[in-house]
Amino acid sequence: MDIELLLKVQTFLARYAQIIDDDLLEEWPALFVETGRYVVTTDENFRRGFPIGMMYATSRAMLRDRIKSLRDANVYEAQRYRHILGAPLISPSDGGVLRVQSNFLVARIMHTGETTIFATGRYEDRVVAEGEALAFAERIVVLDSRQIDTLLAIPL
Amino acid sequence: MNVHHREWPPEGLTRVPYWIYSDPDIYAREQDRVFRGPIWNFLCLEAEVSEANTFRRSAIGDMQVVVTRDGDGELHAFENRCAHRGALLCLHEQGEAKEFSCVYHNWTYDLSGKLTGIAFRRGIGGKGGMPADAQPESQAPRKLRLTVFAGLVFGTCSDATPPIEDYLGPDISAKIRRVMRAPVKLMGGYSQMLNNNWKLYFENVKDTYHASLLHTFFTTFRLNRLSQKGGVVINESGGSHISFSIGDALSSKEYEQAKLRAAQDGFVLEAPEMLQSVDEFGDDVGLQILTVFPNFVLQQIRNSLAVRRVVPIGPERTELVWMAFGFVDDDDEMTERRLRQANLMGPAGYISMEDGAATGFVQRGVAAAKDFTSVVEMGGASVSSAESRVTEASVRAFWKHYRQLMDM
Repeated sequence: MDIELLLKVQTFLARYAQIIDDDLLEEWPALFVETGRYVVTTDENFRRGFPIGMMYATSRAMLRDRIKSLRDANVYEAQRYRHILGAPLISPSDGGVLRVQSNFLVARIMHTGETTIFATGRYEDRVVAEGEALAFAERIVVLDSRQIDTLLAIPL
Repeated sequence: MNVHHREWPPEGLTRVPYWIYSDPDIYAREQDRVFRGPIWNFLCLEAEVSEANTFRRSAIGDMQVVVTRDGDGELHAFENRCAHRGALLCLHEQGEAKEFSCVYHNWTYDLSGKLTGIAFRRGIGGKGGMPADAQPESQAPRKLRLTVFAGLVFGTCSDATPPIEDYLGPDISAKIRRVMRAPVKLMGGYSQMLNNNWKLYFENVKDTYHASLLHTFFTTFRLNRLSQKGGVVINESGGSHISFSIGDALSSKEYEQAKLRAAQDGFVLEAPEMLQSVDEFGDDVGLQILTVFPNFVLQQIRNSLAVRRVVPIGPERTELVWMAFGFVDDDDEMTERRLRQANLMGPAGYISMEDGAATGFVQRGVAAAKDFTSVVEMGGASVSSAESRVTEASVRAFWKHYRQLMDM
């Protein structure tokens, strides 16, 4: 077990959650490589090999568009998330690409104070080193449930 | 059922009373008169039960339904309820099966919903069991009448429901065929849980007036083509409609000019390939939203295709079940195009996420205003097709069909 690598990955994943939960969304695309993939899907789609995503991006530019639209175009009630992350499982490196799996629970806190468990699931990640830092080559958000309450505005 | 204390406002279709969205008596009457009435409910895509010995769960209002394809390739749909004590027979969303057996007491059914076996019917060793003249079949799950139209499976509980093409009318039939142009390939789905009455969502889809006002994605990124033509087509009953617009803003010269202005303001998409589309239907229609009363939406937003099924869960809660699709002859490039454009649809859709919020805002807004009404007067009192989409004609037409079924 490479403790140093585990700590590095865990810190990277924690930073991802912090960027979303603290509304630092403009920093979110930089956690991906230039041609990084980000897909939000359901466990049923994932198991059955269906490619659809609620969000589907294949580049940092698409992720930046997502955030710009969230800030300037889309209409939704003020809300924020709190990610609770599980410990990552890291598979042996394959050509410099780490396969990382981790669980999450996301609570959604509305401006009214109403807090609900909004989503649970797992991240299926492919992580690479970019210089000193890590970056997602791919992050697939696999939701346990097919049901999304009202809307999914902020990325998970 | 006591609903007669509820009178529709004298103004008629230009006023919708707010009690219609929460009254439990109305909800119960809808189950009987609308969902189990002389109408076609969308159940699923035929491609979801394409193989022999497969099933998928669906619903007709509150009624739980199983759609199956039997070993001979024949389609069936029946109520998901055991004849014995009424428990659900099928406990999975979809899958393979050669028969169904109720987990409670192991009564068995074939894929047509016919009761085929009763555990210990004759007792054990001459003791116990059911009398010889018992008729448990009399309480068998109801079988639905099915029709498959252009790859869409519809079901009805009523013998009075007209043939599907008569129900839809020629315009709606033609525009369904237009989209369902080839054998379907499923691309996956998800659900959006709406905290509002099902009718608020169905009105929302028919409301062509809100599109550019609520969904500001296209205008913010200057993607609206100024000269974009379109219209609304409403069928004779009023319950089903098509709204459409011509053209693809991205390929227009106006867009190139608008993009320059947008870039100066900082409102430009960095990855416009998300929206790059091809005219796969050969008619330059970039957007077609079609509804079939009371629970079906067929969506073509450029190359993003999907069916949506509206399922009432209670007076103030609705599940919207989405299934995206392409065609079996799609190449990889086409599939990728559809996946990128799918960013426009669903609970996270650039031009659809607001719908679930807006209809919830109405439900919350009218909580203490049961005796008030909405004002539905854009386009006057008309319930017919129009060239302008700045109209609420198809919303009024929905209520026309609804009131006729509800006898109110």
